[in-house]
Amino acid sequence: MTNEALQSLINSWNPDPITNGLEFTEEKSQFLNITVQPERLHQLMVQLKSNSETNFDYLFCLSGVDWEKEMGVVYHLESTSHRHIIVVKVKTEDRENPTFDTVSDIWPTAEFHEREVFDFFGIKFNNHPNLKRLFLTEEWDGFPLRKDYVDEINMIIK
Amino acid sequence: MDATTIINNLKSEEYFINMGPQHPATHGVLRLLLTIDGEIIKKVEPDLGYIHRSIEKICEHDSYQQIVHLTDRMDYLSAHINNEAVCLTVENALQLEVPDRVKVIRTIIAELTRIASHTLWWGVMGMDVGALTTYFYGFRDRELINDIFEETCGARLTMNYNVPGGLMFDIHPNFVKRVKEFIAHFKTKLPEYDTLLTGNIIFQKRMKGIGVLTKEDAIAFGASGPVGRGSGYSCDVRKHHIYSAYDKVTFNEVLKTEGDTFARYQVRIQEMWESMSIIEQLIDNIPEGSYKATTDAVIKLPAGEYYQKVETARGELGVFIISTGTKNPYRLKFRSPGFSNLSLLNHIAVGGKIGDLVATMATLDLVIPDIDR
Repeated sequence: MTNEALQSLINSWNPDPITNGLEFTEEKSQFLNITVQPERLHQLMVQLKSNSETNFDYLFCLSGVDWEKEMGVVYHLESTSHRHIIVVKVKTEDRENPTFDTVSDIWPTAEFHEREVFDFFGIKFNNHPNLKRLFLTEEWDGFPLRKDYVDEINMIIK
Repeated sequence: MDATTIINNLKSEEYFINMGPQHPATHGVLRLLLTIDGEIIKKVEPDLGYIHRSIEKICEHDSYQQIVHLTDRMDYLSAHINNEAVCLTVENALQLEVPDRVKVIRTIIAELTRIASHTLWWGVMGMDVGALTTYFYGFRDRELINDIFEETCGARLTMNYNVPGGLMFDIHPNFVKRVKEFIAHFKTKLPEYDTLLTGNIIFQKRMKGIGVLTKEDAIAFGASGPVGRGSGYSCDVRKHHIYSAYDKVTFNEVLKTEGDTFARYQVRIQEMWESMSIIEQLIDNIPEGSYKATTDAVIKLPAGEYYQKVETARGELGVFIISTGTKNPYRLKFRSPGFSNLSLLNHIAVGGKIGDLVATMATLDLVIPDIDR
């Protein structure tokens, strides 16, 4: 399915721009980009996977991003039957306690990826089965991939 | 007391055991926390981070030329293909058309890398299950490829032969001759692998029916590479998202449907034949021309988001770059094949024995620096 067809199909699930909480962006990317409101994330993801026309059954990349103004997660999804790709983004301005719903119940691979995001960005995931640090030790202070992270001993920035 | 009373009074409970971080079967510093009931595995919990270098954070302060050099410290057995992934992302973002000569040379070396990686895997795979001879056979053949790399790229392992826009220098005059010699040699040696190990009945009994991964689970757990294809899941990036010179060659995507360790083993053996066929189709037809397209000394990507996937020897490597238009990426994420493949280990190991876990891990072909980026 082309990006345009995907966009109109997803829009048709809930055409009301105020309640559907979706925003389509360009980003110079070859894929279709959607930004979704955090409270609508899980519902959209379930729909993207279960709908037979979209059938996004393969979550191939899950990245945490610190946009400085906002914290967020970027999900790259592919359908192994239709071979189309979509990028879903979710953002929050809450840097103290950023929290989103987990998608590990939809794609089990997300369990590891979300733990990595929690470890490096401090983003929490509701209903995650085992949310604890993956790479760093439990007593590590701070979240290294955040833009405002400082470590005067281990980081040398010219 | 008679025997029955003793057995009835015995207390049994689950217990924890550490596998690694210095265990030979983990091929690096990976610690697995096993929950065991007798010899049956109840849970496998990987503990990562022993060699994490935070390459993604370092990249945020590096130029795109420098980033290429960091990537072969991830999956060092697919060093060339990792380099290619970053170069392709940068070239696509700049909309830079690289010469055909570059594409063909990159593809030939990528396939040689795949053969080198698979021969090493085959060697240590045999060693893991107790067949030490395979180790020497595998390293003997891999050595010949490393010699070719040394002559052309200047390094045997961390090659850094790719730069954004093309290659660092042209191929060595001996390259074509030596690659042909290697292919002729390896065609006589690969059947030996089958005689020595594949057909061995003890080995087959050890491998068949354990670590079974279904196709649905392979997709859900984000498996890729030979791990996915051993479960009948068509996931070859070279077929589905064609890059470099893979549109110029014909090859088969090797698929097996059993999903057990033996299926993954067979996929890799068969892939070496396919790689040799790809190299043979290209080696006599390397186009003339420049080995590098001109790029600015300081590369600045236009603001935006870029994603590129390639097929390394282990599966799908993704490079996700968010650029704000400066000479450094704002955020760079490596989606490494080993990380997703490790996430399914618990799923396929539970219910098996510790000995089976060793065989299962060997066919996942994990490279730890690829997981600990």
